[in-house]
Amino acid sequence: MHDKTLTELAAGLQAGEFSSRELCQAALERIEHLDGELNSFITVTAEQALANADAADRAREAGDAGPLAGLPLALKDIFCTQGVRTSCGSKMLDDFVSPYDATVVEKLRQAGTINLGKTNMDEFAMGSSNENSFYGPVKNPWDLSAVPGGSSGGSAAAVAAGLVPAALGTDTGGSIRQPAAFCGITGLKPTYGRVSRYGMVAYASSLDQGGPMARTAADCALLLETIAGHDVRDSTSVARVVPDYSAELDTSLAGLKIGLPKEYFGDGLDPEVETAVREAIKVYESLGAKVCEVSLPHTHLAIPAYYVIAPAEASSNLSRYDGVRFGHRCEDPTDLEDLYKRTRAEGFGEEVKRRILIGTHTLSEGFFDAYYLKAQQVRRLIRQDFLDAFDEVDVLMGPTAPTPAFDLGAQKDPVSMYLQDIYTIAVNLAGIPGISVPAGFAGNRPVGLQVLAPHFAEAQLLGVAHQFQQATDWHLKRPAFGKEMA
Amino acid sequence: MMQWETVIGLEVHVQLATQSKIFSGASTAFGAEPNTQACAVDLGMPGVLPVLNENAVAMAVKFGLAVDAEIPETSLFERKNYFYPDLPKGYQTSQMAQPIVGPGKVEITLDDGSTRSVRIHHAHLEEDAGKSLHEDYHGMTGIDLNRAGTPLLEIVSEPDMRSAKEAVAYIKALHAIVTYLGISDGNMAEGSMRCDVNVSVRPKGQAAFGTRAEIKNVNSFRFVEKAIAFEVERQIELIEDGGQVVQETRLFDPERDETRGMRTKEEANDYRYFPCPDLLPVTLDGAYVDHQRALMPELPSEKRHRFENQLGLSAYDAGVLASSRAMAEYFEAVKDVCGDAKQAANWVQGELSANLNRENLEIGDSPVTAEQLGGLIQRVMDDTISGKAAKQVFQALWDGEADSADAIIEARGLKQVTDTGAIEGMIDQVIADSPVQVAQYREADEAKRGKMIGYFVGQVMKASRGTANPQQVNSLLKQKLDQA
Repeated sequence: MHDKTLTELAAGLQAGEFSSRELCQAALERIEHLDGELNSFITVTAEQALANADAADRAREAGDAGPLAGLPLALKDIFCTQGVRTSCGSKMLDDFVSPYDATVVEKLRQAGTINLGKTNMDEFAMGSSNENSFYGPVKNPWDLSAVPGGSSGGSAAAVAAGLVPAALGTDTGGSIRQPAAFCGITGLKPTYGRVSRYGMVAYASSLDQGGPMARTAADCALLLETIAGHDVRDSTSVARVVPDYSAELDTSLAGLKIGLPKEYFGDGLDPEVETAVREAIKVYESLGAKVCEVSLPHTHLAIPAYYVIAPAEASSNLSRYDGVRFGHRCEDPTDLEDLYKRTRAEGFGEEVKRRILIGTHTLSEGFFDAYYLKAQQVRRLIRQDFLDAFDEVDVLMGPTAPTPAFDLGAQKDPVSMYLQDIYTIAVNLAGIPGISVPAGFAGNRPVGLQVLAPHFAEAQLLGVAHQFQQATDWHLKRPAFGKEMA
Repeated sequence: MMQWETVIGLEVHVQLATQSKIFSGASTAFGAEPNTQACAVDLGMPGVLPVLNENAVAMAVKFGLAVDAEIPETSLFERKNYFYPDLPKGYQTSQMAQPIVGPGKVEITLDDGSTRSVRIHHAHLEEDAGKSLHEDYHGMTGIDLNRAGTPLLEIVSEPDMRSAKEAVAYIKALHAIVTYLGISDGNMAEGSMRCDVNVSVRPKGQAAFGTRAEIKNVNSFRFVEKAIAFEVERQIELIEDGGQVVQETRLFDPERDETRGMRTKEEANDYRYFPCPDLLPVTLDGAYVDHQRALMPELPSEKRHRFENQLGLSAYDAGVLASSRAMAEYFEAVKDVCGDAKQAANWVQGELSANLNRENLEIGDSPVTAEQLGGLIQRVMDDTISGKAAKQVFQALWDGEADSADAIIEARGLKQVTDTGAIEGMIDQVIADSPVQVAQYREADEAKRGKMIGYFVGQVMKASRGTANPQQVNSLLKQKLDQA
């Protein structure tokens, strides 16, 4: 059962082959047996999940169940879930039980899906390896000595290990796509504004976007059409009709124009990753697509611009963690300043502190113009790069990450860690959607193909990914880890 | 002795009268139990997002139109970052570079009825913080977040005022505008209008401004006057003693009527303003602005000019009557009933205001309604009662003796006698009863007669128990006495 896609499981439930309780029970057993090793979950909500599964089974018997009812999922621990700890991977929120549901959580609940728990992540979504979690690193199911990527590393590892068929992640600079690539699953970052951010703990508000992580593009389509849409509680969500993504998966690729940004195939790209990606592009050519080289000339400025804008927003977003109303509070503060200083010194991890300091600095008087305003100008140039490229081609393709998953503890220097996101970060700055699709292996570690499309062209993106998955079987490969369990 | 000139600029925070908060759906009502009117958004819970209250925007735009300001097509919310326990998010969402209301001007009226113009630098929307409660917590601080997220319009003036009186007149003008527009209840005691006052002094004739001090927390017309008076004196003394004014923030202490410097540490803040990524820029097109303009009532300055030019009131009367919407509406209702603007103005500013002041009542709480007062004035104008009797009737209305002037006139028998025959009868009797006085009168010259006639009038009025029409008595008496 754990090998099946969301779409297959939905069909099985509908056909009565198994109940939601059986399905969730089996998943919970896998979590119980395997996650001690993997550490992909921070919180497992077994009891609540089984009660909800029973409710879904009853609804189905009563003929009252939607297509997703009874399907088990997991949520990155950045989504607020009422009555359940929402830690964001931080000691700061270790005891924080959210009093409300995020909009996407509410939508998934209304669709009848069953939340099995909250997945591990880099603290406040800051990281590319899931090593910055207060709850310890997550391991990559393909190779337990490797990282799963980050920051949605728990969601990626849980799906890859067959603990859940799908999960939600968030992506601020690559945090859905890079772990999806490292763990050999499919992960979609929607257009900024496509999915409500209400109830998603903010890291960098102008870049954050939630999205699905699953085995296939078809499963991502199913989830995206459930969670997407305008939300009156999020002013940056866009009032635009949500297409029936599932219905558009089979649109023909004949004549599709694919652009390969030459900047995405330069120095620093692992040769095995490059080989896998170029092989994938050949598959597209065989499906009738036309391929040409394009240029995104400001690519080299994406990481510097991101590391001004994201920390600036983060430094402000994370000011609310002050020990006054919720979350960690230091013992016996002597005065207000002591309360602030020790609470924040104790509650935040090193990378979070680093980014708060960077952001506070770049917003300071005398530095604001040189850093923040300049970075915003660069951001517009990067966006324009993509708009210009999409005048020429329909989609862009390249590697999701420059290397396959690296070893736990291998990246010691923060800047070399930041460079992991070189192909993903510009996408967030431009606000366009991107998907990572399994496209082979470098040794025993998966390689992801990244496909990018214009704003709100998720239907096209999902169709392009789906048809690749019709022609290849990379997405069907399963790691040896956990195979012994039925 | 050096002549000094005072320079004053004001930042006035007006709490807008929206039902819900500026970025959340929680209520803004005053006086609820602590922390009962703060939702997840107001508490700055992880993951929450602000949604701009459109009513707050409409109110700000109306204010802008009322002060002839430019309404920029685009305005922007920014975050002002600082830590404070009653600031839940660690930043205040405010406007800085691109406020919703651009430069404008306000006409102020001074006590002598003269008017002048004070320029508005800009006005911007922002959210209020909560309240820190230092009492009753045994060395700890209580936080009440009910007020967090209440919409404020901060109105920033140019340094155009030259005396405490002008500053007070300016705040009164703003108070009149926001209450006329219905965008604030203007209740200063509940903090609906709070002022920060920037004060500096310079030698008369000097063009450059002196160094200013900003006085925070000045929350009544009276305190504004006292705080400025104290601060001006402090600065002049300081300079004359060879010292220098330092640019600083000072707090006004209403208990001692003095200002005190705050610790410099508290203002060494770098607020790190940057555009709030959770809110879209506010774009307002011409059609929207025109629509808001169409919804606006007549404003105090427009009313004042109409009272003066169309109703023929003096500049002073027009200014007083237009100073508050409630006063102006009461006056106009009285005028509509009695049909005479001058009479209505005299009564509202005279008898009515005196009574209100004595009992410390607002015009809205007047026990005498505009309809009742208008009805009373009508009876004076149609000679049913004398002016003297009218005061009696007013007092009876005030005391709630009856529903209308007519009922009181009837009950007390105050109706004037205007029947010439009856008055003549009384006059004849008085003349017959006062032969000595009549003889003296007739021997006197015209100038003396004018004084002497008062005696006869008094006698006739007495005989009529005050109900004879005095003008009639006067002219008939004159005829009869002068006859011989």
